[in-house]
Amino acid sequence: MVYLDNAATTKPSKAAVDAMLVSCEHFGNPSSLHRVGLNAEKIIKNSRQAVSRLIGVDAGKIYFTSGGTEANNMAILGCAFQNEKKGRHLVTTKIEHPSVLEVFKFLEKAGFEVSFVGVDQNGIMRIDEFEAVLREDTVLVSVMSVNNETGMIQPVDKLKAIMGRKSPKAALHSDAVQAFGKIVINPRAWGINLLSMSAHKVHGIKGTGALYADGVSIRPLFAGGGQEKNMRSGTENVVGIAAFGAVAGEIDITKNREKALLLRKRLEQGILSNIDDVKINGSDEFASGFILNVSFLGVKSEVLLHSLENRGIYVSSGSACSSNKSAQNYVLAAMGRSKEEIDGAIRFSLSNENTDGDIDFCIDVLKTEVANIRKYVRGRNERNHHG
Amino acid sequence: MDVYMDNNATTYMKKEVLDAMLPYLTQQYGNGSSKFYKIGRVAGAAVRDARDVVAKAIGAKINEIYFTGSGTEADNWAIKGAAFAKKDKGNHIITTQIEHHAVLHTCEYLEKHGYEVTYLPVDEYGMVKPDDVENAITDKTILISIMTANNEIGTIQPIAQIGKIAKSHKILFHTDAVQAIGHIRVNVEEMGVDMLSLSAHKFHGPKGVGVLYIKNGVKIDNLIHGGGQERGKRASTENVAGIVGLAKAIEIATENLDENIKKLSYFRDRLISGILEKIPYCRLNGPTENRLCNNANFSFRYVEGESILMLLDMKGVAASSGSACASGSLDPSHVLLAIGLPHEIAHGSLRLSVGDNTTDKDVDYVLEVLPPIIERLRAMSPLYEGVERREN
Repeated sequence: MVYLDNAATTKPSKAAVDAMLVSCEHFGNPSSLHRVGLNAEKIIKNSRQAVSRLIGVDAGKIYFTSGGTEANNMAILGCAFQNEKKGRHLVTTKIEHPSVLEVFKFLEKAGFEVSFVGVDQNGIMRIDEFEAVLREDTVLVSVMSVNNETGMIQPVDKLKAIMGRKSPKAALHSDAVQAFGKIVINPRAWGINLLSMSAHKVHGIKGTGALYADGVSIRPLFAGGGQEKNMRSGTENVVGIAAFGAVAGEIDITKNREKALLLRKRLEQGILSNIDDVKINGSDEFASGFILNVSFLGVKSEVLLHSLENRGIYVSSGSACSSNKSAQNYVLAAMGRSKEEIDGAIRFSLSNENTDGDIDFCIDVLKTEVANIRKYVRGRNERNHHG
Repeated sequence: MDVYMDNNATTYMKKEVLDAMLPYLTQQYGNGSSKFYKIGRVAGAAVRDARDVVAKAIGAKINEIYFTGSGTEADNWAIKGAAFAKKDKGNHIITTQIEHHAVLHTCEYLEKHGYEVTYLPVDEYGMVKPDDVENAITDKTILISIMTANNEIGTIQPIAQIGKIAKSHKILFHTDAVQAIGHIRVNVEEMGVDMLSLSAHKFHGPKGVGVLYIKNGVKIDNLIHGGGQERGKRASTENVAGIVGLAKAIEIATENLDENIKKLSYFRDRLISGILEKIPYCRLNGPTENRLCNNANFSFRYVEGESILMLLDMKGVAASSGSACASGSLDPSHVLLAIGLPHEIAHGSLRLSVGDNTTDKDVDYVLEVLPPIIERLRAMSPLYEGVERREN
């Protein structure tokens, strides 16, 4: 099996599973005052440090959640509702993950005004358009660090300066689910107030995420027992948090990213030099390295996914979260891609567990399968023309 | 000797549960929403099978089960979701004074946003009177939320009776059943509930996963927006291993329910009679009938609950003074105040909750170490000194 859908989820690392197994023995409720509880609390404290270190922030500003989706909801809803007296204008982009976009659509229905900023042909947010929509009463800007379909790094580092000029009251949120542990993120230097993370995208386990929050007041999503300094009630998922800490502790961003960029380049060049009529969605310049999105013209991505699956290669045509719906890929649409380009788009997403061999095998299989599908489709088209 | 007597706070994860989860943390790590390849479909199927197991365990239909990140989330979702969805019909919510904070603080939040909440009183044993529920209903009432069993003093509420009242007035009825699984029979039909919250880690499942049962036809607003998971009701990549673990745990807990109840009640009753017999100026909080089979709660006059906990902990006994979530807070338990205990007595409370690894030896040990601890603390208390002098 060659697993190239690491943007959907990743295989838990050995360190994550080991940490999880060890933490099972410390099964106490971290809020309990006895030793069994205190041992569990210690695990959480260590994980909080490991996660915070990876983005260079104080451990006290990390709040664990049940996932990236909850972190995004908590940040956006929490900030919008808490600060609505200061203003009701919000800014985001057209290419956010559904866990951000759907929250903004909900807020629109609740009476907020939302500006959705577009992207250029490479899928990079348009800074000039961003600057133009900012207002005095803008209270929140939410821009993802890396797009989950294209892997394009967004100019999150450049936003706060612009906001300072036009929207001094606005907080800056970034969905870093596809960036955390993969590229260097510096919330303090970039003026990011809220940053969402997810464990299972970096070889942790599903059901755990985190929100970094600093310099902004947000309303909690859940009321209750007051865990996570009253920011996120609910008994802490000690096992999941233990695994998150373990993976955060072992990540070497520079090394992993160098490897990912090489693998991505190998795959890109392999496809470009072996298969005609393809289009790379995104640019090398802004690539996180962990995602390559390619349109195979004249091919339906669903058909190609099945052929690849038969040969043991697991990829996707886009976000798993929306793969239930037949909704069009709105990210590629925002980049101005044609219907044919969108229909034939495949997302290859990498992890540091992938090898050159995986990539070469994938290129080989693509060469054959794309040719087969095209032969069939062309044959059918020709038959239709003659019939 | 290490003795864990805090099973109302959380339970250890059973080996069978962990074994059921492990494949989804190692080889079958796919995203449950990835339909285009095998490990994704395997994960999706595991979630579906788990949903079926949970549905069967509580007498629900498979499409009435929604997985959440915790019991707290399930409570928040049920109450806020119902309140927002029904805001055109009314703004009145009925709950009790002894709910878990996940319910109480959610109601308090709603009070700040235009809702009115009636917090029903309870009797000296923590029991809600169904008549009080009926009398509190107004034409603005949109939701009743009453817990199945109390987490501090173990009172099992007359849920089926309240369910009938809610139904006859066509008002949504939610119950926080977080303490119930494995301890009392939970059947959504018999209870007459529209929504019910569960939490896996209270019945030997993993932390970080819960359930909200929502009866077919009941419409509530979403709390978490995003991808289309949980049939569009609760976005987020499914916590596949956690969900599988929850299902395994509920299966074990409900399969052996009668046996569990018998075993746990035995240890609970040994604790209750032993402590009441050995320690003077001590009372049992909560009822003797209709009580959670794993819960015992005492107040010891002239001592502080936290001091008891510390000394017990030094002896290897893990217990609590009430809800774990509120530990560290200096306020006395809202539950003990609601059953009419004065502040000074409420402060000296101890919750001992047994579990399926509790043994006779554990109980013997607690009965051996607790009396001298209470005695020692009382010896340091000026109030107690006065009592002793008066009596002698």
